[in-house]
Amino acid sequence: MADLNRISSTNTIKVWLTYPLVFLQLIAYSGPLRNTLAIAWKEIKSYFSSPMAYVVAAFFVTWCAIWFVRGTIDTTFPEATIRGFLYFFLTWWIIILISSVLTMRLFAEEAKMGTLELLLTAPVKDYEIVIGKFLSTLVMMLATLAFTLYFVLLLFWFGDPDPGPIFSGYLGIILLWSSILAIGLFASSLTDNQIVSFVVTTAIAGFFFIIDVAAGRLTGVTADVLTRASLLGHIDDFGRGVIDVSNLVYYISVTVLFLFLTVISLEMRRWR
Amino acid sequence: MIEVKNLTKYYGGFPAVIELDFSVAKGEILGFLGPNGAGKTTVMKILTGFMPPSSGTASIAGYDVVSESLSARKHIGYLPETVPLYTDMTVEDYLGFMGTIRGMNKPHIQKRMPEVIDVCRLGEYQSTHIGKLSKGYRQRVGIAQAIIHEPDVLVLDEPTIGIDPIQVVETRQLIKDLGGEHTLIISTHILPEVSMICERVIIIHEGQIVAEDKPQNLAERLQNVQTIELEIKGPPKDVLTMLRGIKGIGDVSKSGDLQNGISSYLTESRRGSDVRQELASSVVNSGWGLLKMEPRSMTLEEIFLKLTTVEEME
Repeated sequence: MADLNRISSTNTIKVWLTYPLVFLQLIAYSGPLRNTLAIAWKEIKSYFSSPMAYVVAAFFVTWCAIWFVRGTIDTTFPEATIRGFLYFFLTWWIIILISSVLTMRLFAEEAKMGTLELLLTAPVKDYEIVIGKFLSTLVMMLATLAFTLYFVLLLFWFGDPDPGPIFSGYLGIILLWSSILAIGLFASSLTDNQIVSFVVTTAIAGFFFIIDVAAGRLTGVTADVLTRASLLGHIDDFGRGVIDVSNLVYYISVTVLFLFLTVISLEMRRWR
Repeated sequence: MIEVKNLTKYYGGFPAVIELDFSVAKGEILGFLGPNGAGKTTVMKILTGFMPPSSGTASIAGYDVVSESLSARKHIGYLPETVPLYTDMTVEDYLGFMGTIRGMNKPHIQKRMPEVIDVCRLGEYQSTHIGKLSKGYRQRVGIAQAIIHEPDVLVLDEPTIGIDPIQVVETRQLIKDLGGEHTLIISTHILPEVSMICERVIIIHEGQIVAEDKPQNLAERLQNVQTIELEIKGPPKDVLTMLRGIKGIGDVSKSGDLQNGISSYLTESRRGSDVRQELASSVVNSGWGLLKMEPRSMTLEEIFLKLTTVEEME
């Protein structure tokens, strides 16, 4: 009886020890993540081999630099926050434009070149392609955002900022930006024309922006619904240092929804 | 290796492929012959799992292309009609990427890469950007990506289209060398290519199989129409009338004028009935000179034209 117990307990320990190891190995070597990472890596290399990504990043950083000076230093009441350059309306519109440019080629170009057929006939699941491409845009976004940390460094150097809102502020921007990138990916999967993709991304994301403006002019339930549906209705809390679960859920839901729509859109291509 | 049963595909209301049945044995090279728009590419897109059929089934190495699509796709190397290349990648990077998404691990790719580069004769260009390669070399890269993972089945859609003649010859040789190791399906609308490369040919027209055989057999089978080439000295108008009057002769046409009032003619007759004797005596009895009479065997090109035009008339 005692022996039996010992055997079963050693077995249990073994299982508990090997299970995570096997799981990690599965993640590293098995199909899903491997394919996804291969596609992400290919896209990242492609981004860095063309001037577009550099131009976009340079543009964004320049934009932030201008507003860092205008909004944070050269103002009547200078404050040590990232609100001056990251947390205002115009920057978010710029993010839409940048996202449209970054995502427009992802599927549209492949469709035009015929390489999409290659991806869709490889033993790769459609969602692996979508997530792989989405990951690559996330990397580009984070790389671009990383440059703005320089301004944060300056804030800490010369001022005495509250790290809380800065952290939550960046989290908010990353979430908002991810949603727009997912929208862009979806738009790109609809067409083989990059310009169309650009316009559609700007239109969809712009719509989710503008309903917030509309909400400002309305009252009651309509205003409330519009604010909650809007991409901008959830960002201000992050800027103030508040991480509200409902806001997190909103952005993640929008991102997942549009990634899901992208997968559907790819499936639809097969039925055309 | 490949089994296709009752395969039908509609684009909207338009039937691109209608109830296709065929199978390809392991190691066989099958040619898919047909004019543009015959449904060749549609069949290939279904086989490679790019799109599902409207009805019917297809399986690759025992895996259904719809219900077990991923397993089926693992056994396929595919070269679509427009060679799909990432022009901003080097040949090596591209082949590596294609190998990876087809399930090869790094050591396997590193082992396989020199072999593929060698087979497709891409030696000097392995670190060149694909965008800088000529069309013929791009085609080779296209074939290289199709074979890098050593697939059981190779599907090549119009592999020699749009490349210069010398490269066409090389590409054909390359494809021929691939047979044996791989099961091949090649689509083409170029006839000599089929007789050069393929062991078996399926002629497809308006989504249906109109003939299926070995290239030689096909030529023989279709020779129930016998063409005879004649050179006759005499007034063409009368000659034509006379020839048309002979029993057993179907179509008659004048194919050219030679010197000294001699013209050449082509007559068609049923293979079983030999009309040569009657032809000869009729010409001589009319007082004209019979200078040449030669039965012609049909080229595959003519068979192809014949088949497809007959279909159109129906």
